[in-house]
Amino acid sequence: MLTHAVRPHGRSRQAIYNLVAFAILTLGALPAVWIIFTAFRPASEVNTTPPVWIPQQITLDAFASLFGLNPNYAAGVPVGDYLRNSMITAALSTGFALAFGTMGGYAFSRFEFKGHRVVFLLIMLSRAVPGIALSLPLFLLLRNFGLVDTVHGLAFVYVAVNIPFTVWLMDGFFRQIPRDLDESAYIDGCGYWTAFWRVDLPLALPGMAAAGIFAFLAAWNEYQLASLLTRTPAAKTFPVGLYDFTSQFTVDWRGMCAMSVLMMIPAILFVIGTQRSMVRGLTFGAIKG
Amino acid sequence: MIADAATVIAPVKARRSAFERRKLVFPWILLAPTLFIIAAVVIYPMIYSVYVSFTPFNLLRPETFAFDASRMFRNYERLLEDDVFITAFFRTIIFMAVTVNLEYVIALGLSQLIARVTWGQGLIRTLLMIPMMFAPVLVGFQYAWFFNATVGLVNNALMSIGLMTTPKAWLVDIPTGIFSIGLASMWMNIPVTTIILLAGTLSLPSEVYEAAEVDGASAWQQFRKITMPLLQPFVLIALTVRSLDVGRAYDIVRIMTDGGPANRTEVVWTYVGEMAIQNSRFGLASAMSMVSVIVGILFTLYLFRQLMKSRVVQ
Repeated sequence: MLTHAVRPHGRSRQAIYNLVAFAILTLGALPAVWIIFTAFRPASEVNTTPPVWIPQQITLDAFASLFGLNPNYAAGVPVGDYLRNSMITAALSTGFALAFGTMGGYAFSRFEFKGHRVVFLLIMLSRAVPGIALSLPLFLLLRNFGLVDTVHGLAFVYVAVNIPFTVWLMDGFFRQIPRDLDESAYIDGCGYWTAFWRVDLPLALPGMAAAGIFAFLAAWNEYQLASLLTRTPAAKTFPVGLYDFTSQFTVDWRGMCAMSVLMMIPAILFVIGTQRSMVRGLTFGAIKG
Repeated sequence: MIADAATVIAPVKARRSAFERRKLVFPWILLAPTLFIIAAVVIYPMIYSVYVSFTPFNLLRPETFAFDASRMFRNYERLLEDDVFITAFFRTIIFMAVTVNLEYVIALGLSQLIARVTWGQGLIRTLLMIPMMFAPVLVGFQYAWFFNATVGLVNNALMSIGLMTTPKAWLVDIPTGIFSIGLASMWMNIPVTTIILLAGTLSLPSEVYEAAEVDGASAWQQFRKITMPLLQPFVLIALTVRSLDVGRAYDIVRIMTDGGPANRTEVVWTYVGEMAIQNSRFGLASAMSMVSVIVGILFTLYLFRQLMKSRVVQ
């Protein structure tokens, strides 16, 4: 893709640009490649001196022992539980954050109600508070409702974590939809709900998809709150579960790499699916306010 | 029979005004769930923390929850005397300034380079986005492993090439500990910044460049006089998003060094976590987090204003 911001260059100069860009980005991706390699290596190739750069043998051993399928290793880490908990908390919190955040974004994009600036700022500022500052009071609050160490309690907290960004994105998306559409819907006798539900929402679905992906990944990767609000395999998620591979003196690096690869699957799907629209999408809601 | 004008208009008017009145209520109905959840998960804990920051509350001694007006500022006095906190506070600011600016310079260069690449754009974007697939927790563990003194790849590689004879404790020594954390953090975040700047570069109007070309402006002049000013709003977005992220830094530091050894790599939030969770000194920890949150909010407001200004210019 040749862009308009770019002047035509001589062929050799262009070739150098291409090569340098690929060299730098490949170099940058190497640490990630190492993690993925390690997940598929036999145990004998991990942490050797000198390092075995290219795996000599590919094996699914590490994954088999994660799920307790390997007779030679005891299954020490309840990966199945973590997978379930991560899926439930991410899906639940994304669903609610998307529903509420879309409503909120619509309110800001269509109605200049009294105090809308202050409320918008308040919602955005709530994101400036890091999880660790909220975690202890939240722990005490959730304890009153018996929600500590439950996926529902954690999902509830994640809804709040994800709402500000969803509101911001959806506000931007709704502003792209011409207001005349609502006006004509009102003249045809639509109420506010009907106009929102029938006219604007269907047009904002691509925006909701984008916001949903961001919310899902944020919940999926969250560590600070989960580390305090969950304790047992009944509610612990992947990021907290990674600690299971560390003991006081040794760390099972290969097992950890295998779990990392599992944990990256949603993000990998996301990158493959959105790689084309990403560059446009990231600043879509942001610039045209 | 001709209808009296008033009898026709009155119901229409009534409907109109009901519609107008509902216009005042409807946005609040839409916002109600959002506001409820934020009140429960953010505002309530903040109010609770404000109160606790004025008490000597220790989680292990519930009776310390009581408020004593004569000693209410004790925690705030204490944190000013706490060298570890003061150092961690300024370390966080310097860490933020250095990593965000380095990230920005590298990302700016990368975005200009990638905008000029003529083949394999799909592959190049995939390569660029690979670090984004890693959760901060994963990046923390991964770099903790690379920089590990005994089994780490960095020592291992340097020693097998012969550049080093004895292993180095990267995460323990000064200043390599905080450098290693900075490197991990930058590795993870350069792609996001690059994508924002790349999106900006690709959206710039081509006519301006054609005109500059006709006037004989050099590539460097075009970059300085056209690309940079037009890219300003994107730069501000990238810097805002990133500064706020780094100001809240916790995950990577917690996992790589946990602020140690001996507080050498402590940042504000790892220290607050240590005070609250390990030491149970919730009153003091709340005072520390109040100070940091207020500084963070003021900084956010400042960045938002800059952002809004550059939007107006657009």
